[in-house]
Amino acid sequence: MSENTMPELGGEYKYGFKDDIEPLFTTGEGLTEDIVREISAAKNEPEWMLDFRLKAYELYRKLPMPDFGPDLSPLDFEHINYFRRDSDRVARDWDDVPEEIKKTFDRLGVPEAERKYLAGSSAQYESEVVYHNMRKEFDNLGIVFMDTDSAVQEYPELVKKYFGKLIPPADNKMAALNSAVWSGGTFIYVPKGVKVSVPIQSYFRINAGNSGQFERTLIIVDEGASINYVEGCTAPNYSEDSLHAAVVEVNVLKDAYCRYTTIQNWSDNVYSLETKRARALENATMEWVDGNLGSKVTMKYPSVYLDGRGARGTMLSIAFAGKDIDSDTGARMIHNAKNTSSSIVSKSLCKDGGRVDYRGHVRFGRHSDGSFAHIECDTIIMDDKSASDTIPFNEILNGNVSMEHEAKVSKISEEQLYYLMSRGISEEKATEMIIMGFVEPFTKELPMEYAVELNRLIEYQMEDSVG
Amino acid sequence: MSTLEIKNLHVSIEDKEILKGLNLKMSTGEIHAIMGPNGTGKSTLSEAIMGNPAYEVTEGEILLNGENILDWPVDERARAGLFLAMQYPAEIPGVTNAEFIRSAINARRPKDDPISIRKYLKDLEETMDFLDMPFSMAERYLNEGFSGGEKKRNEILQMMMIKPNFAILDEIDSGLDIDALKVVSRGVNEMRGPEFGSLIITHYQRLLNYIIPDVVHVMMDGRIVKVGGPELAKRLEDEGYAGLRDELGLDIKLTDDKA
Repeated sequence: MSENTMPELGGEYKYGFKDDIEPLFTTGEGLTEDIVREISAAKNEPEWMLDFRLKAYELYRKLPMPDFGPDLSPLDFEHINYFRRDSDRVARDWDDVPEEIKKTFDRLGVPEAERKYLAGSSAQYESEVVYHNMRKEFDNLGIVFMDTDSAVQEYPELVKKYFGKLIPPADNKMAALNSAVWSGGTFIYVPKGVKVSVPIQSYFRINAGNSGQFERTLIIVDEGASINYVEGCTAPNYSEDSLHAAVVEVNVLKDAYCRYTTIQNWSDNVYSLETKRARALENATMEWVDGNLGSKVTMKYPSVYLDGRGARGTMLSIAFAGKDIDSDTGARMIHNAKNTSSSIVSKSLCKDGGRVDYRGHVRFGRHSDGSFAHIECDTIIMDDKSASDTIPFNEILNGNVSMEHEAKVSKISEEQLYYLMSRGISEEKATEMIIMGFVEPFTKELPMEYAVELNRLIEYQMEDSVG
Repeated sequence: MSTLEIKNLHVSIEDKEILKGLNLKMSTGEIHAIMGPNGTGKSTLSEAIMGNPAYEVTEGEILLNGENILDWPVDERARAGLFLAMQYPAEIPGVTNAEFIRSAINARRPKDDPISIRKYLKDLEETMDFLDMPFSMAERYLNEGFSGGEKKRNEILQMMMIKPNFAILDEIDSGLDIDALKVVSRGVNEMRGPEFGSLIITHYQRLLNYIIPDVVHVMMDGRIVKVGGPELAKRLEDEGYAGLRDELGLDIKLTDDKA
């Protein structure tokens, strides 16, 4: 317990500030085939990647928008800026990052976090990564950690083997869009048997308005290796909408382990429509830890394809939907092999008219004998203006499996409030304590510094929650 | 010295009148016991004093140091010196006992002057030790998975840490074995002093062997029907509530005569 874990209520969305930066290069508003070519050319990409993009662009034009979930009609694809370059290099030293951008990341605490507790750190600003670095001892282990653009140039064979394989462009419209215009994102390769428990972090920042950020993350954890990856996201507030449509593919090979933690705190003008998918081979473990606190609309259902015998997949998530926020998140666990197990624990909160839905899919394939799934959805609806639904979808094609599903929707318990207040604790503080307790199973899984930050964010969201 | 005075208190739950004009006055430095048969309104009295919003006061006053506190919310009453050891304390997952008690203490201090962590942990450890509680209970989630006896001890722990002027103990003895009863009594006796008063609500005389009250009130059908010293409790143990009722010539049906 430290004094810092329970700071005072107060403050605003502190990441809402913006920089006034002239881009070095931008494709301007809107998207055409020529713009896809321009993006590829700006990156000096090999022909095979340009082909990939162009095919994806064709698919993007043909595929329909999702026919479920939040209303995406206000999103104006014509006015989005699909590519914007603000720095001409990926620096390995913060001093080489353009001054204005460096200041931003300083304010966000990125270099400080890196010094204190990260094995490696990268920072993406608009479309491209402007900084990445890894501590020497981890470099020496042969871990590859760089932006995905550089990986295309430096590790083409690995990229060719894995890129777009878990999430082909045809998967959905946003995946096709990302495949056409992707830029930046993180590439990680952890060699066989190399285990790193110190987190590696990527920070994604959108600065300009009408922005599109389409990072592409590809992680390969080779046999017996382990990695702990963390990403954070923020943006300034604008009246115009921005779009964040990431694609993340995580390959966890035999006996390997990956934990992928996201703290998404976009400003309330960002549509975050992501496709995240992992594949776990024999005895491998994939863990998603997913916190969704901001953005206007979130659609995200990270999945684990449990393709190897004994593979494990987990999702631990919280979603917080305040005023004007529509959060449609969940998980997919696809059991394709024997003795696989999965666990989904989803915690949701909504207030001030926010909407938070859990949408999950668990599938036991024909070869999933002896597999097991656990699903737990807890929701607190804090006022009558807010709403929540739990939408589970289960497919069971094998008789020799088992599954547990618990769902609970409640309000803040009067009994709990009364008890805390009977000890002199104010209603506001008591409400906050109950909420913090509710999300504690999530926060305790975060690195300490993130837990502190997350508590602070939730306190901010909770402000004025007592009428 | 502080005073707590209850004047002609009428309380209803869901339109059913439970307290029907109850009077009681006590000061710090005193221990009062309220005894009475089941269903007579003892817990209603304690909840009404604390300010549970589920209990509606329809008439009367509750005065703390002469000031009517009926309009005060529960947290304000608590900070003004009232404490209720509850019969069924709520469980709060994810909030540790230590964090909770610290928040309760800090709620009584200026915002810019919270108790130092070191001092707090030292006090907590000593108090838990005094109550034969393993320190590991400090890091457990508040009341979650606690046994009945652990919950009761934990209520007494909070009382000792918060140091209220008036502690109402609502059937703190129910479900306790003799060892736990002694521990709980030790806690209350330790608090005895000019700045502390306690209103002990109990069904049985047994607890009063360990905490000797100054005044014993007998409650039936929503009112105090007799007041006396510790000997009154002994007599009730021998004769039962029915005997007293008949002696007083009251026309009250007791829901549980055998108690």
